[in-house]
Amino acid sequence: MADDRQVIDAPSKKIIAPGYTFGTVTDQIASVVLTRKTPYVVMGTFAVAMGLLLIFLLAVGLLLTKGVGVWGLRGPTMWAWDITNFVWWVGIGHAGTLISAILLLLNQQWRNSINRFAEAMTIFAVACAGMFPILHLGRPWLMYWLFPYPNTMGIEPNFRSPLVWDVFAVSTYATVSVLFWYVGLMPDLATLRDRSEHRALKVTYGFLAMGWRGSAKHWAVYETASLLLAGLATPLVLSVHTVVSLDFTVGIVPGWHSTFFPPYFVAGAIYSGFAMVLALAIPLRSVYGLKGLITERHLDNAAKVMMATGLIVGYSYIMEAFSAWYSGNVYEQAAMWNRMTGPYKYQYWVLVACNVIAPNALWFKKVRSNTVVLFIWSLIVLVGMWLERFVIIVASLAQDNLPSSWRVFESTRWDWATYLGTIGLFLFLFLLFIRLLPMISIFEVRTLLPQAKIKEDSRG
Amino acid sequence: MTEPIYGMMAEFDNPSALVSAARAAREKGYRQLDAYSPFPIEELSDALHLHKNRLPLLVLIGGIVGGILGYMLQYFVTVMYYPLNIGGRPLHSWPAYIIITFEMTILFASLTAVLGMLGLCGLPMPYHPAFNVPRFALASRNRFFLCIESADPLFDRDKTCEFLETLEPREVSEVAH
Repeated sequence: MADDRQVIDAPSKKIIAPGYTFGTVTDQIASVVLTRKTPYVVMGTFAVAMGLLLIFLLAVGLLLTKGVGVWGLRGPTMWAWDITNFVWWVGIGHAGTLISAILLLLNQQWRNSINRFAEAMTIFAVACAGMFPILHLGRPWLMYWLFPYPNTMGIEPNFRSPLVWDVFAVSTYATVSVLFWYVGLMPDLATLRDRSEHRALKVTYGFLAMGWRGSAKHWAVYETASLLLAGLATPLVLSVHTVVSLDFTVGIVPGWHSTFFPPYFVAGAIYSGFAMVLALAIPLRSVYGLKGLITERHLDNAAKVMMATGLIVGYSYIMEAFSAWYSGNVYEQAAMWNRMTGPYKYQYWVLVACNVIAPNALWFKKVRSNTVVLFIWSLIVLVGMWLERFVIIVASLAQDNLPSSWRVFESTRWDWATYLGTIGLFLFLFLLFIRLLPMISIFEVRTLLPQAKIKEDSRG
Repeated sequence: MTEPIYGMMAEFDNPSALVSAARAAREKGYRQLDAYSPFPIEELSDALHLHKNRLPLLVLIGGIVGGILGYMLQYFVTVMYYPLNIGGRPLHSWPAYIIITFEMTILFASLTAVLGMLGLCGLPMPYHPAFNVPRFALASRNRFFLCIESADPLFDRDKTCEFLETLEPREVSEVAH
């Protein structure tokens, strides 16, 4: 038993490359914001993001003038790409909270150099997710009707509906994510305030840092607050995707109405989220030369989490098919059979290839340590998870209980424009973030350095 | 008589020196002191006896208030203000209230955690004398500071300065108000 402690302490050695000091860590991360020129690759990506964002604005403008019919929504498929995209984006966000909250509670120190941008990813992903249910309302300008407030119409939301639960879950999630992120930023904003030379920058960062000065009294309260927020965010993140899955399971549509959706959705969310973390981290660390801070070990760990959750997702697909068959319910069986062999069979088998077969390559260290392959793999996972939600949502709705109303869903160019547009919005926000704020938590990386360990001397 | 000052500040270049200095200052009897570091140091909180704070209690209260408000809101709307009779099922359908009650608990607890943290730290604080020491800008990079404040009954400009010098700092400076 005495060895247990050593096992916990041992891995911390290789989290960041040797040779860093408090000063160099600070300078390297802060220089991205304060002194270094933005690399051309980043400028180019930003231009692409802006282009996609303009397409998004065009698509939304058209939607507002003409209505949701510009998307491929026709009865009986009244939910299609929009809700697929919503679930996809919310799911991506979950990895950020997992890294920042759950891994903090589990004392996984390797999270310290990736949690900041993963949290930013969460916030921007939730912002993109929020677009879809709001735009899908038909009259998005009345979105405040979703919230209970005293009104002259004398009506209130139906609190027994999972869709209203979703409003509360996602808005709480967005709020708590922003708070957690901002609290984490405060000490680093103080660093930027003290490091920047331009007066306007000093004032701006100083304003945002709220006068943080690294006082021991403050750190003590701050650490308590971080732990409490992590403890609160952990059940919250699990609840959010659970509630998202309840949007489906509470409905009696065949293929939706099952009890294992919540854990299945949460696993899928973390799976796709870690894929996005890898898809962002791999280019970032090479463009900005941060390979000493975001090391092979981070990528390896993220790939392992991705594989583990991918296996849970694969298991869920098998259970989904099994429980449909075992239920003895002809509608459930038909819905499952329809997914595998019906008009959406290509999407179904591609998603099986992406989510069940592909992650098994990550068993091999060679695959996990090759960053190019890992990057491609994370994109495969993102595509696979998008298709998963598409098949669950559209295949069940398009071929429902009443064959006379069946209609195969066809997407329109505006479905594509809105979806690609939110990818533009995401990249736009993310690139602004890495330009304006430290993308790695400076103070948390300092705690990882060997110098940060207190040496007890005789004077103590 | 010279102008009153805020305190005396010693600068160290490693966290171990700061922790031993903080312990030495406590032992000497100083109580009005604060340490500044670029990252949280567990041992420093021990040395300065900072482990107790009221934040957990505040967050607990915030969470309970949020949960009760969330439940009451739903009860009020579905039972009293806007009752919907669905197949004669009970209006007080508590299982359906659980999720929003939970989310409101988390929301209120998190807001309390952040606002409580700011409140207990006295932030936002636009001005603090510590920033009058030019080298204090390094407290957010790689330097560690110990400040004995003039509010301490044992504080004496010369003696405190001498004491701080014995701790082998890089530099000791006066902190103007």
